[in-house]
Amino acid sequence: MTTDRDEFDDLRAAMTAATPRPDAGKRAENLRLAQQNFDALQGSRNAARPNPATAPKGLWQGVGEMLKAFTTKGGLTVTTAIVACGVLILTPQGRSVWQDPEFTVTEGDTVLTDQVAGSELAAEERAEDESGLALAAPEPAAAPLAPPPQARSVQPLGEGMDALMAEPAPTAHSDFIELGPDTEAYPSADTNPLKVVVEEPVSTFSIDVDTAAYSVIRNSLNRGTLPPAEAVRVEEMVNYFPYDYPAPDADAAPFRPTISLMPTPWNPDTQLLHIALQGELPAVDDRPPLNLVFLIDTSGSMNDAAKLPLLKQSFRLMLGNLSPEDQVAIVEYAGSAGLVLAPTPAGDRTAILAALDGLGAGGSTNGQGGLEQAYAVAATMAEEGEVSRVILATDGDFNVGLSDPSALEDFIADKRETGTYLSVLGFGRGNLDDATMQALAQNGNGTAAYIDTLNEAQKVLVDQLTGALFPIAGDVKVQVEFNPATVAEYRLIGYETRALNREDFNNDRVDAGELGAGHSVTAIYEITPVGSPARMTDPLRYQPAADAGDSPEIGFLKLRWKEPGEDVSQLIETPILPDMGSAGTEAQFAAAIAGFGQLLRGDTALGDWGWAEAIALANANRGTDPYGYRTEAVQLMRLAESLSAR
Amino acid sequence: MPRVIPIVMRMTTSDEALATAAANGDGRAFALLLDRQYDRLFALCFRLTGNRAEAEDLTQDICAALPAKLASYKGQSRVTTWLYRVAVNAAHDRRRRQASAARAADGWGDWELNRQAANAEAADRLDWLTRAMSRLTDDLRDTLALVFDDLTHAEAAEVLGVSEGTISWRISEAKKRLRALRETEEAE
Repeated sequence: MTTDRDEFDDLRAAMTAATPRPDAGKRAENLRLAQQNFDALQGSRNAARPNPATAPKGLWQGVGEMLKAFTTKGGLTVTTAIVACGVLILTPQGRSVWQDPEFTVTEGDTVLTDQVAGSELAAEERAEDESGLALAAPEPAAAPLAPPPQARSVQPLGEGMDALMAEPAPTAHSDFIELGPDTEAYPSADTNPLKVVVEEPVSTFSIDVDTAAYSVIRNSLNRGTLPPAEAVRVEEMVNYFPYDYPAPDADAAPFRPTISLMPTPWNPDTQLLHIALQGELPAVDDRPPLNLVFLIDTSGSMNDAAKLPLLKQSFRLMLGNLSPEDQVAIVEYAGSAGLVLAPTPAGDRTAILAALDGLGAGGSTNGQGGLEQAYAVAATMAEEGEVSRVILATDGDFNVGLSDPSALEDFIADKRETGTYLSVLGFGRGNLDDATMQALAQNGNGTAAYIDTLNEAQKVLVDQLTGALFPIAGDVKVQVEFNPATVAEYRLIGYETRALNREDFNNDRVDAGELGAGHSVTAIYEITPVGSPARMTDPLRYQPAADAGDSPEIGFLKLRWKEPGEDVSQLIETPILPDMGSAGTEAQFAAAIAGFGQLLRGDTALGDWGWAEAIALANANRGTDPYGYRTEAVQLMRLAESLSAR
Repeated sequence: MPRVIPIVMRMTTSDEALATAAANGDGRAFALLLDRQYDRLFALCFRLTGNRAEAEDLTQDICAALPAKLASYKGQSRVTTWLYRVAVNAAHDRRRRQASAARAADGWGDWELNRQAANAEAADRLDWLTRAMSRLTDDLRDTLALVFDDLTHAEAAEVLGVSEGTISWRISEAKKRLRALRETEEAE
């Protein structure tokens, strides 16, 4: 046994010898930083809780109560004495008089002198901050020490203090926590602005069939919090729902556009232009065999009931819907990537289920290594006429092993050329990297969905399996040219992260979204007709009024798409006429969801239109709702209404 | 390594009492506590990361967040246990946040290069440390980082939130790997 002790003790000794002494400068800096955060935190806590029960009563609070009690002349005399006393304390010497070394100062009750001293100290530290205290330095560390302005206005404090006074007080202690467990990231995109038709008549975007945003929102609401505004992508909410749009004819393009116009629910003087694409649903029996590579994140963070166990259940559900000719392989990735299940016919359920059950969470995440291996496995499975797809299931940690995040996207964009599709399924909350998931799915010709419950797994992996796995049209782009003679202004609702340049529309090398079998896609514009009182901008004086030759057309819709696997796009064009048919239940429901999304984002375009109206509109247009998704949406809206009223 | 508790001003005040006072808003108790614990904390961070710069960053992260974490100190466990748990969690967050499983391994590598100028015998020993540490998984490394500071298996288990048996298993696993490493090296 002595030999094994040797290695262990050697290692310990080597480690002890190797451990450097902390750098004295860094040490002092870190101690100061900690103290600063400590003080700031006390301040903000006390601000939220102005009368701390645990704190000893401070001098001035006592004086205040005394003053309240005095109304007589005698009282005034006493007051004067107290003020004299106060002056004594305000001087540095006076300060030391009462500062008993064992006396615990609690900022909420702090006397004035301490505030002055504290502010000076803080100003000094702040100056040092700017000279290079590293990333975790607290923002307005001194602000909580600064008392309310009305109490302080008499104190001339110099420039440093003025600057500090101007800082907003920290609103929550989370301002100071650098290490919070919540490391979710969302792509940031501003809401699409209002466009003036004369200046910018053409609007171009890629379709988006992802649904992840809706599930994230549902998860947030069910946990009793409003989702962060940047997590709300209106188009993904609208496209979450199946719609009963007219299906394409057998010999035409694989999808069919439907256009309708309706009055805007939230503005009587504008109209909603509703553009819907419905994909064909090929007979399931005719579908080509599928090659699926499940790429499963088994990093330590997946060790949560809503993550790995839910993932296993979800894939089990899906397995029942595959046909025997399909092939399944499983790659797991944690610290290193590994092939857990070699390509196996879907009929061999026992082997696949055993491999799934054997997965356990542990280690850190190496996303890229896993993807490389998954694509390599997919390449070995691919045969002529088959569809290969990598299904990446993760809670969103990709960063390990990547020096440059865009390298991952480039890698996936490269692999897209090989014809293998990528779907991203998000699980769990806490470090969901929504932005990366989006980027991966968009670059990998795939969809991103967020699975928070087994019901959602049923929807994504069973009910819509065919759509999720079989693309019928690739790189679908939408371009609308508005007619300046009839439309003054327009605004595209949602699709912020999917905007394309005008010239990208005809450039077949520019990637865009895929349409799956049976999928539908909805886009909604709010348009302001010429002459409408809702117009936000004035017509230009020096530009000639638009003359479209008395054409009543609202605009012109162009769609580009590719057959799956093709490089050359096809074009569909149709004018948008004012009498395209009135909007039915489906369009009305989509409008209600678009309103829901905008309410969650806090968009200003809705005016007085609020939750009650959105709920009424959605409720009235639930249609047949065979799966109950719309009913659930109404419940979520009611929940959001209550949460936002708090 | 004997545990050295610096004896300062309030020599009679225990770390636990200081932490409780700090959690209730006593700034000087907090300052004293952190001053006492800083060097051990830094050493732990070094063992967790294997790289001086990383250790400094990690220590800074922990110092910055510690005031907010104080609320989670309930007085039930020893301060070191609580503080180490905060440190290990912070190290995990950091690894997750920044590509650092790769970097931690790199760290041991970089550090090896920097040390090559040192005298031959020491360099040999350090090289072995580098190779040995990079041979271990994150879990094993974390466990060793704690046990090297004289934490008992039970305390390490509490810090890492696993069972005591798991710690014992990890230690024997680490020993096994170290032995295997030495054997292959001696065979060469």
